[in-house]
Amino acid sequence: MAANEQLAMLVQPDRVHRAVYADPDVFDLEMERIFGRAWLLLGHESQVKKTGDYFTTRMGREPVIVVREKQITVLINRCAHRGAKVCAEGTGNTERFVCPYHGWSYDCGGALKAVPFESGYERKNLSELKLKPVPRVAVYRGFIFASLAAQGESLLDFLGNAKTSFDDFVDRAPGGELEVAGGVFKHVYHGNWKLMLENHLDGAHPAWVHASSVAVARAAPEPGAPGEERYADIAVRQMRQNGAPDSVWEAIGMWTTPRGHGYMGDYHSDDRLVAGMGSPVFGQYRNTLVKEHGEKRADEILRVTLWNTIVYPNCSFMSQFRQLRIIHPLAVDRSVVYTYSFRMPKAPAAMFRDTVAFANVVNGNGSWVLTDDLEVYERLQNGLASGEVDWVYIGRGYGRDVAERGATGTSEIYIRAQMKAWLSYMTRDA
Amino acid sequence: MTPEQFLYHEAHLLDTQRYEEWLSLFTEDATYWVPLEPGQKDPHETSSLIYDDRTLLELRVKQFRHPRAHARAPLPRTVHQVGNIVVRDLLVTSTLAVVEFRNEKQKLWAGLVEHQLRRNSDSFRIARKRIDLVNSEGEIEGITILL
Repeated sequence: MAANEQLAMLVQPDRVHRAVYADPDVFDLEMERIFGRAWLLLGHESQVKKTGDYFTTRMGREPVIVVREKQITVLINRCAHRGAKVCAEGTGNTERFVCPYHGWSYDCGGALKAVPFESGYERKNLSELKLKPVPRVAVYRGFIFASLAAQGESLLDFLGNAKTSFDDFVDRAPGGELEVAGGVFKHVYHGNWKLMLENHLDGAHPAWVHASSVAVARAAPEPGAPGEERYADIAVRQMRQNGAPDSVWEAIGMWTTPRGHGYMGDYHSDDRLVAGMGSPVFGQYRNTLVKEHGEKRADEILRVTLWNTIVYPNCSFMSQFRQLRIIHPLAVDRSVVYTYSFRMPKAPAAMFRDTVAFANVVNGNGSWVLTDDLEVYERLQNGLASGEVDWVYIGRGYGRDVAERGATGTSEIYIRAQMKAWLSYMTRDA
Repeated sequence: MTPEQFLYHEAHLLDTQRYEEWLSLFTEDATYWVPLEPGQKDPHETSSLIYDDRTLLELRVKQFRHPRAHARAPLPRTVHQVGNIVVRDLLVTSTLAVVEFRNEKQKLWAGLVEHQLRRNSDSFRIARKRIDLVNSEGEIEGITILL
């Protein structure tokens, strides 16, 4: 595979070679050097509340089990005997993972507890066998991360300023309590995994990609007054907001970090999303926060209006409707995205209905917003397969960024930051 | 018209891209639902692949016709194959298999369907349509057709 010098030629300050998106050899190396090194977001503590609770997921191409023993452990889902996945895909609670092939069983820490026909083995040979634990696991404010690399920076160093987005997510929840709820969307698209991470911070795309849903929403019935909201209102508001004037997109904040994370702000206020402060439910919610923190702090919390945050290389989330997406690369031109919704157990129950309404319209497999994005990812991948033109141009705002912040909200600083991180992971020795 | 004939008529409207006529089959208070989870009870506490009230369903059909509806231009060609129709008064259950073709890609969707009908002179209108796709919880592509 390509030497580091060759890789370095693929990423330049304001352009990227198409091989980064389209070359299967580059993809294989990404799985090893990016998904095999970086902290990856795997889920949330609420998915493994009790001892023995587990869920399966992937770290790049590695099948893993996230399980709560005394603490949260992540195990490679592969029997030490003949290599079968010991745990079927899904969630559950167990004391033992039992391999379906020959019945080797493991406890929730991965230790081998029972082997049929044990007398056929030398005891010392069995003593070293186990479900391999993923070497590093860490939790930030309830969000579970793991890294396949034994050595590396701490989770906090990795997150940098992007941790403030998680703070916003959790601070908005009364009692700081959140739980995954309401089902998981899993959408596949025919495009490289990086295309989604780039798109989620792209303020220049909605007017074009989402032109049809914007146009239709503008002609829709006006959303109901506070207290008289209808189910369709959240969809209509969100789609209309995608058609915000250029000046709004230029004015949103756009921040990045050295590890390729990025987040955008100031695009939405709660007023634009739901009936907002005037809504009785939102008022009740605000009162809960006021009781807990006092007026001043409650307003500080609600005044943070971050929109999407990207945690490179596998996660995108937004706190106002509590949506979190994890991307699993399947091949250089194929990806699957899992979308989770979060409930705030101590907030008015009706707020979760708004979350569900929002999830359906924006992230549902049948959403006319999402499906237009997926169509464009596929068009990108098809175009990038062309060998006649090598470069992808990422120069909007180049040379004008101030430190790690875009000079305008539509600066492509977020792609440049992701590519810088990409190159750093790909060319580092370990 | 029998409920069976009505379901065939509905499928025919979709397969001949007469989406506005299809929409007019629905009552003003209708819902169109493609649940995420098998046996899903509630469209408000659990997400859905699609959950449209009449307002959103109307917007969905309008969006189909917009020149920049990228995922729907050109419009997909479909065959809706309706089978196993069981009529219990105005509640009709059936199976549905849809072959979709668009942009050199052919897709297959299948599910169990429930129609709650209301009488409308010698025909019917749809008060509730629910489609439980066999792969609703799977890793699936975007749904850009009307089921």
